Amino acid sequence: MEPILDVHNLAVHYRGAPNPAVGGVSFQLGRERLGIVGESGSGKSTVGRALLKLLDTADVTADRMRFEDIDLLNASEKQMLSVRGKRISMILQDPKFSLNPTQRCGDQISEAYLTHFRSSRAEAKTRALEMLEQVHIRDPERVYNLYPHEVSGGMGQRIMIAMMLLTDPALVIADEPTSALDVTIRLQVLRILDGLVREKGIGLIMISHDLNLVRNFCDKVLIMYAGRVVETLAARDLDNAQHPYSRGLLAAQPRLGGARTPLPVLERQDSWLEPDGAHP
Amino acid sequence: MKSISIKQLSVSFGAVTVLHDVDLEIAAGECFGLVGESGSGKSTVLRCASLLNATWSGKIEIDGKDIRTMSIQERCRTMQMVFQDPYGSLHPRHSIRSALELGLIVNKVDDRETKMAQAMRDVGLPVEFLDRYPHQLSGGQRQRVAIARALVLEPHLLLLDEPTSALDVSVQAEVLNLLVRLREEKGLTYLMVSHDLAVVDHMCGRFAIMQHGRIAEVLPREAILDGSARDPYARELIAASIEYERAI
Amino acid sequence: MTQAPEPSLTTNRTRLPQGLVMLGNILSVLARTPTSLFGLVVIALLVVMAAFAPLIATHDPYIQNLANTLQPPSMAHLFGTDELGRDIFSRLVHGARITLTIIALVSIVVGPIGLLFGTVAGYFGGKIDTVLMRITDIFLSFPSLILSLAFVAALGPSLNNAIIAIALTSWPPIARLARAETLTFRSADYVSAARLQGASSARIIWTSIVPMCLPSVIIRLTLNMATVILTAAGLGFLGLGAQPPLPEWGAMIATGRRYMIDSWWLVTFPGLAILAVSLAFNLLGDGLRDALDPKQMNRR
Repeated sequence: MEPILDVHNLAVHYRGAPNPAVGGVSFQLGRERLGIVGESGSGKSTVGRALLKLLDTADVTADRMRFEDIDLLNASEKQMLSVRGKRISMILQDPKFSLNPTQRCGDQISEAYLTHFRSSRAEAKTRALEMLEQVHIRDPERVYNLYPHEVSGGMGQRIMIAMMLLTDPALVIADEPTSALDVTIRLQVLRILDGLVREKGIGLIMISHDLNLVRNFCDKVLIMYAGRVVETLAARDLDNAQHPYSRGLLAAQPRLGGARTPLPVLERQDSWLEPDGAHP
Repeated sequence: MKSISIKQLSVSFGAVTVLHDVDLEIAAGECFGLVGESGSGKSTVLRCASLLNATWSGKIEIDGKDIRTMSIQERCRTMQMVFQDPYGSLHPRHSIRSALELGLIVNKVDDRETKMAQAMRDVGLPVEFLDRYPHQLSGGQRQRVAIARALVLEPHLLLLDEPTSALDVSVQAEVLNLLVRLREEKGLTYLMVSHDLAVVDHMCGRFAIMQHGRIAEVLPREAILDGSARDPYARELIAASIEYERAI
Repeated sequence: MTQAPEPSLTTNRTRLPQGLVMLGNILSVLARTPTSLFGLVVIALLVVMAAFAPLIATHDPYIQNLANTLQPPSMAHLFGTDELGRDIFSRLVHGARITLTIIALVSIVVGPIGLLFGTVAGYFGGKIDTVLMRITDIFLSFPSLILSLAFVAALGPSLNNAIIAIALTSWPPIARLARAETLTFRSADYVSAARLQGASSARIIWTSIVPMCLPSVIIRLTLNMATVILTAAGLGFLGLGAQPPLPEWGAMIATGRRYMIDSWWLVTFPGLAILAVSLAFNLLGDGLRDALDPKQMNRR
């Protein structure tokens, strides 16, 4: 399988910071779902932003950072404009902040389409309505004319998904796509995203702090600690994770019906910061 | 140990009614959970009980005493609250010492240094941290400070408003363990709001599920797994949480 | 997140350095941008000039020399002499004292009044807010120079009355600002926590709200100083501020106006002084806005 994305030895160094925020990150992504898991400050979101070259205040270096036939590392800003939103889309945590509050939701979706494809407004609207239907919105015509403050969080995130998938991207980066949502709609939104990603054969990078989410909705998992990948493994093998950090994260999560004993606490070790990230 | 009882608590902001006749009985020494989606009014219950929001009707009693008839000092020394966001609940320009000392000064408590040192030890922080500022602490350390600030007045009742939802899993485990230990050691009563059923299951003996400002159902902890919930929404929420975890 | 270096253990020793460190940080941020550095240097010069006026001035600013009137700039009189033969350079140097007095007194009066009105109105809201803000609106709805003119006309022209008049007209914007800031802070969790600890409203406003409003108020005050200088100069020019023979810069321009066509130095040098100082305060205010930005404070 030809990888969509091939990253080797990615490092991100924020200017003025003494240490790189991310270092030595390597992975390949085919038409599959990759989870990047870590705690706050582990650099997981920075990786997603580095791929889209959205980091103005940081130096991004890598041995290799290819997306399909584009060398992301040396791509000009003009080239990136045609990649961002069209070939690679990004879904952010809270739809409240990603949707423009002064425009109708539907118009924003059409606008996204018109930015990347030559077409008439009418056609863009038809495409937008189709897409809204695909994210299981029952009455697309009505939702099309709503303003962002008139829709709920779950609906807003579905609208964002519609907008992001409308341009038929090859890769979607979802940064904590459901952490702002309630648990009852979280699954629904995830299933819609998951269904569309599989159906259209899109590559997915799911950035999350939540191991459950990654376990159920990804094929491969990258576990990051302090800007480094400490372990890469298949999602179904998550329970057999070897690295003490991965195991610590899994154990620290309280579980429904779990024992009432004190939760195991993660003992951080300096050796995890070694560049090779090696561990038995 | 003190019990708290909430009777017919109703809150309206203008024409919008946020809470409809909420009734809760929490026994002394119990840890009681309050679960619901955002906007269900679960945090509003805490804000009413702490009188941060004073425009409500109904009755809230602690050990049979109406909280409206308590003096401010008595109320402060009976109940304290821990907030969700450890970054917003500590004043950025105040050292940890002044954050803890405020309550002691206002309530004219003597022997402040000992009390503060004790509170810091209780939450597992070195006493030297008293002279630090919030920006010098990590999120978990800040939440410990927030708990120490609540404990320094030696209250009987702690209102916990999503105390760990802004923290990482590993830090959440530390703070939850701390809260469990403190309740055992000091015989505290907890009223804890959370959107995470797993956290409530870990901490609480009983919990209430709220929706649209009403109590949908009050359930014992066992009801999560044995499916004894009756209310349709309660069943939906529990089912969604179990499915989301799907790893039992 | 990097941990800051260990603070020392005793309370009293740590508190003072914290303030000094902050001041040092602010100054170093200011010094990094050329424009705010310019502001800082000009204001420092002004302060030095005011402090050592008798040493810097080459002549007595009040001594008239009718045999030597309206002399153009020369080695003997750096900026020339005025219509009464007084040395303009020396008058400018002594005028710095008057300018600084005006700025200092106005700021001392305006800052606290604005803060008090704004924080009280913002914190309590409701009727108190309405009453206080309507009073502010009334003051705000007059053009400040006209209102100052009315005050001075009523109180009689003098430097002190000019200061009172300027102070009375320049606190409303500060109050507005402080109120807006307070509205964003009063619902913060740390304010709720202080209330639950039993702190009184006055204590919360003083210890929690005022420190948070202070940076933007200081910035606003600094930016305001340029206006204060100009208003003071305007009042002086109209003969309602400092009275002759006081070497106030505005008044110097007013008297020099009559000889302006033939003796340009009479109005040019006081004018340049006013320009430089008000520009300096504006640039410094802009720099302070960056230096006191809370986001930058957190990074340090």
